[in-house]
Parts: sequence; C-alpha cells; structure tokens
Amino acid sequence: MAFDEMRGVAKGKRVRDPYREIGVWLEGQDDHELRRKSLEAEAQFRRTGITFAVYGNGQATERLIPFDIIPRVLSAAEWRRLSAGIEQRVRALNAFMFDIYHRQEILRAGRVPEDLVIQNSAFEPDMIGIDPPRGIYSHIIGIDIVRTSENDFFVLEDNTRTPSGVSYMLENRETMMHMFPDLFRSNRVAPVEDYPESLRATLESVAPPGLDNEPVIVLLTPGQHNSAYYEHSFLADRMGIDLVEGQDLIVTGGRLMMKTTLGLKQVDVVYRRIDDGFLDPLVFRSESLLGVPGLFDLYRAGRVTIVNAPGAGIADDKSIYSYMPEIVEFYTGRPSILRNVETYNCRRPDHLSYVLENMADLVVKEVHGSGGYGMLIGPTASKQEIEMFQMKVKGRPDRYIAQPTLALSTCPTLVEQGIAPRHLDLRPFVLLGDKMRLTPGGLTRVALRKGSLVVNSSQGGGTKDTWVLQD
Amino acid sequence: MLGRTANDLFWMARYMERAENMARLLEVGHRLILLPHDGGDEEWRSTLRSAGVEGGYLERHSQFDTALVFDYLLLDRENPSSVYSCLASARTNARAQRTAITTEMWEGLNGAWIEFQRRTAVRPTANDLPALLEWIAECSALFRGAMLNTILRNDTFFFAQLGTFLERADNTARILDVKYYVLLPQNELVGGGLDNAQWAAILRSVSAHRSFRWVYRDRFAPWHIADFLMLNPQMPRSLRSCYIEIVAALAGLGQHYDRPASSLVLAERTASTLANGDMRTIFQAGLHDFLSTFIAGNNLLASEIAAAYHFAD
Repeated sequence: MAFDEMRGVAKGKRVRDPYREIGVWLEGQDDHELRRKSLEAEAQFRRTGITFAVYGNGQATERLIPFDIIPRVLSAAEWRRLSAGIEQRVRALNAFMFDIYHRQEILRAGRVPEDLVIQNSAFEPDMIGIDPPRGIYSHIIGIDIVRTSENDFFVLEDNTRTPSGVSYMLENRETMMHMFPDLFRSNRVAPVEDYPESLRATLESVAPPGLDNEPVIVLLTPGQHNSAYYEHSFLADRMGIDLVEGQDLIVTGGRLMMKTTLGLKQVDVVYRRIDDGFLDPLVFRSESLLGVPGLFDLYRAGRVTIVNAPGAGIADDKSIYSYMPEIVEFYTGRPSILRNVETYNCRRPDHLSYVLENMADLVVKEVHGSGGYGMLIGPTASKQEIEMFQMKVKGRPDRYIAQPTLALSTCPTLVEQGIAPRHLDLRPFVLLGDKMRLTPGGLTRVALRKGSLVVNSSQGGGTKDTWVLQD
Repeated sequence: MLGRTANDLFWMARYMERAENMARLLEVGHRLILLPHDGGDEEWRSTLRSAGVEGGYLERHSQFDTALVFDYLLLDRENPSSVYSCLASARTNARAQRTAITTEMWEGLNGAWIEFQRRTAVRPTANDLPALLEWIAECSALFRGAMLNTILRNDTFFFAQLGTFLERADNTARILDVKYYVLLPQNELVGGGLDNAQWAAILRSVSAHRSFRWVYRDRFAPWHIADFLMLNPQMPRSLRSCYIEIVAALAGLGQHYDRPASSLVLAERTASTLANGDMRTIFQAGLHDFLSTFIAGNNLLASEIAAAYHFAD
C-alpha cells in the first residue's frame, strides 16, 4: 500500500496535519459540486489558452493538461528539509559542470568514469575552457522528487537543460485562489507569484560584465508550434521581455542584435528554450533554422550570456544521475541530503545481468529518453513487452539504466469514480544567479489513471496546485 | 518592439476586421437574394467581388449557388479570407504575440475562435446563419472594445489601429466600387424599389442603414450614400474616417518613436484629398477611377508601413 499524503499509511483513519483544513473542506463538499468547479477551472484554462501542442496523425492539436482541484500540501518542516537538499544538489550540479568543462578533477579522481562524460552526447567539447558569468551553467533547474513514506524523499531526476512546467505552477495557484478563496484564508500558503520577478533578477545578474546600460534580455523560443509555447509567451510577458525567434536575431559587428521596428537593438542575455543542437547552425546542427548563426562565437567571447549554458545537459543525463551521491559529496564535502533512487547502469556487466534477470520488477529507462517515452515499467508490462526490452537492452546496454519500482505516494484526486488516491511526484524550480532563489512548492504532477506511475503530461498526467504551509 | 511583432499585431487586427466584414457581406447577400427578383447569381458574384475572392471561388466552384457561396465565405479553409481563415489567422498572430496584447484581447479572440469551432462543428443551416453572422460581428466588437479599453497607447496600439483601418478602408472602397453603377446620378431616375433595396444593402453592408437617416434625413439618394461612405467624417466606416484614424496612428508612432513616420506623407495626402473632395467633382471625374486609385493608394500605404517598420526583414 502506497503512502498517502493526506491519510498516511493507515487508510481512512487519520488525516495528516498539513491536510487538516483540506480534510474538513472535502468533508463539506459533494462530488457533484467539486466536479462543477473542476469544469469551471477547465473552461478557464482553455480560455486563457494554457495549452500544449500534441502531435499525431500529422496534425497538431492543442490540449489542456488536466488540472486537479484538490491541492497537494507540504508542511513547513517538510519543505525546510527538501529545500536544504535541493540547494545542496543545485550547487553540486553547477560545480560538476564547471569542473568537467575545466580541469576535470572529478574524472582524474576516478569518482565518475571518464568515458561516461567525455563520450556522452550531452557533453559539449566546445564549452571547455569557457567561463560563463559567475561560473554558472544551469541557472534554472527543476528537480523531480518522489516520496515513498512519511520521511522518505528521493530524487528521480535532475532537469538542468530547459526545465518546463513553471507556468502551470503559477496558473494553478491563480486558478485555486480565484475559485477557492476560503481555502487560502484557512491555510497559510506560501506565495509563488514572485517567480517571474526572481527569474528576471536571476537573468540580469548573469549579464556580461561591463555593460553601460541595463541588460537587454530576450526569451528565445522555437515558435508557436512548440509544445511549451504557452509557457514561453507567459514567462516573457510576466518578465516584460521580448519573446523572440531565431529569425528575429542576427549577429553583426560582434554583437547579438534583434530586429526591431526601429532597426537593430543589442541583446545581452538570451533565455533560450531551444535545445543546444539548434542554437547556432555554424557550430551545432547546420540544418537548423531555429537558431542564430554566430551566436556561439559571441558567447565564447563573453559578449552575450546564454541561459542555461550550452552543454548543461551533461548534468541531467540519466547515466550521470547514478553518480550524483558521489558528485554531491565531491563538491560540497558532505553527504547528499536528498537520496537517489538505487540505479543499475546496464553498461556495467554485473548490473546488466541483474537487470535482465529481474526486469519484471524494475523500471527500465533509456539514458537519453524523456517525457516518459522509451521506458518499461516491469510490474505492469506484459511478458512480450519484457522480452522485447530484454533484447533492446542486450543490444545496447550502455543506453539503458534500471531502477526498482517505487511505491510513489498518492494524494486524493477527483476522478470519474469520485475522489480516489492517485500517484504523484513533485518538481520544485530553482534559480541560481547572484543568489539562489527557490520557489516554495513547485509543480505536482499526478498520474490520473488508477495505479499508473507515469505522471508525464504527454501520457495522461495532470497537475495539482502545490502548497507549502507556513509555520 | 520586434519588426515581426509589429507585423503580427497589424495582421491580427486586419484579419479580425476582415472577419467582421465578411460576415456583414454575407448578411447583405443573404438579404438580397430573399428579394423577389431573379438576380441571385449576380448578387453572389458581386458579393464575392466585394470580398475580393471571386477568382478563388471560381477555381473551386462553377456556379453561384447560395449554399456554396456561404460555405466558401464562412467555412472554407482554402479561402484565406473566409471567416474561418480570418479568425484562425487573427488568433495565430495574436498567439505569436501573447506578450504584446492584453489578457482581455487574447481571451476575446481565443474565446471567439473556440466558440466559432463549436458553432460550426455541425454545418450551419440557412436558418442558423443570421444568428451566426450577428455573433461574428459581436466578437469583432468585443475584441475591439477590449483593445480600446485595455491596451497601452504605444506602438502596439498604433500598429493594431493601422491594420484595422487600412482593412476597413479597403473594404468600404471595394463595396462601393463593386456597386458603383447603382450609385451613379442617372440611376436616380430609375429609382424603382429594387434600386432602393440595393442602396439599403450597401448601407447595411457597412452597418449604416440607420445612421444614414440621422445624417441625411431624406430618402436614399445615391450621391448621399456615396458621400456618406466616402467623405463624411461622422461615419465610422467612411474612407475619410479611416484615414483620420490612420493619420492619427502614424502621427502617434512618430511621437512614440521620436522619429516622424515616413509613411505619414502618403497618408496625409489621401486624407486631405478626402477632406477637400466633393461628390460632384468625384462623379464628374469618374467614381470608379477615384475608387480604383484609392484602393491602389491604400495598398501602397500598407506596404510602405511594412517596409518602414521592418515587418519582414
């Protein structure tokens, strides 16, 4: 039986402290009324256009990520513990990146296998020797955390490239405050609304040094067909910065310029939401039309800051993940506060044979996969699926890792049959610039299908508002 | 502001205006074919010509069937000026510039798009049309109202205004040009019930059948109708009114950017022609020629503005 965030382990007996008010509130509601509210919320989301694009059948459609109106609650004490662990991890991740793009001490010390880094497709040799402002590579990080009991939290993965979902965190809160103001009067919920301001301050703080004027910041999007376009426009809007596409930028006279109604205007910081490979066709994928030719040379010369830095993906590679306890200890001198999920690297022969024999009990993931694709959940997979995966893993063991299936915690969720427990995770968002800024809570994703452990929005996951209560 | 942003704002407003004009043209066409005469084909031909899509229509259909025309002007995705395409394009432009427009504008437009799809999911019947067309005009009004009430009076506003009024001027001029022969003074002598209906239809197609009475008070006289739609500064869809707004927007841009708008010269020239014109002279020189020159000048101004503000560099 999974740990339930509201009722603990003993089902139905006692409501855990952080959920006391939620429990009282739910008692007073009937399903019909809740469902009406839920539809109201959905209409609101659709009108605002908080959609993501789903591609299939050759046609893109806009869908909503389902929103569940029962919030997920963390106590102040729980959050203190988590945030200490998150801060430690974010510093370690950045120290790791600085190191592997400079002296590579950790490789020399043999704490992380050299080939795992150097031959990794996420490792960017062009970044070696570059000094990004303040030595930061990943300014915006999302850390996926799952809970298995009252006191056990695990990091499932780190997102150090271009983590998304923060707009949902903000819109979910807006919607909840709009629909259930009473709940916010009876609970002291830590606000999240200053995230855009914090993001802007973070971006300003890593502008190239020595500018005469306030730095000009832009958000670089692949365009409105990207599945996260809503978020791009949302963030640009809330920060009051221009939302640009590659075609709006040009490198000329040793500067990055954007094409405005009055001609060219210098740009100093690029918050990019396009992948490394598309940034600069001269350095990366030459066929890319999304990026800006010459951008990387400017970056190398320190004329413009790219956030997150190219090559930051090395730190969230799933094969590097298994070394995170060593990485945290190596750079912070202390054991990792947040625990890793035990991970088998199929590139290691002893791990490989264990994985092949026990696949039915494991979650097997592609090292470079994301979005919940390319993975196998052993306990729910058919015999055939398992056999197929065994073949795949045998063929390219270096491409796979495996983890034991965790009993992810559940939270009451409004589903067709009424209110029922559903599994969830948590993605807190961290900003690192002149200082670290951690928004209380983050994005809670919930698997809406009964028993499902896959919370990804592309696979039927929804979201919840996430509350951190204040003392 | 990005040049691309200016371009998108201009076209967002332009398409929204066009959607409304299409709806109104359809409404008038619908009304005319209900009249007891057998000029149905001709009516639809001139409606399509006013909409500027006669050629496109004839590529797809060989006859002027009421249901086909409705389908083409309302729902056809291949027709870039159908209400469907206009709303879709306006929304695409707005979505690309979510950061530049206000929440109210976006929600007005996005709501219209969602509702339009819902209302047309099942092909509307002839009986559904009046309500549907009325609703489209309402959406456009709501969008413009949201814009006027919420937007900062900066370049965002000025580019949207330019899109609206260049489109509106083009639309009014085209309606007049297609129907100019019923406005010629000698036609007054013809003066039968059918001509009255034609004149009423022209006024109706620019939402002016009631306001006309307030301004001229007498029965429909063709030169009054022409005067009302071209030179009268009170009439919000007249060519003159459009150019008053265009000049104001360009002057506003010049002020906002602290750099006079180069296109202001051309706009002011047209505005002054309209301000100093009188219908007698225009009729003498030829109404059709006047309107053709006007439409060409209007297009030229649009491309001058696009070039001056780097719409598509």
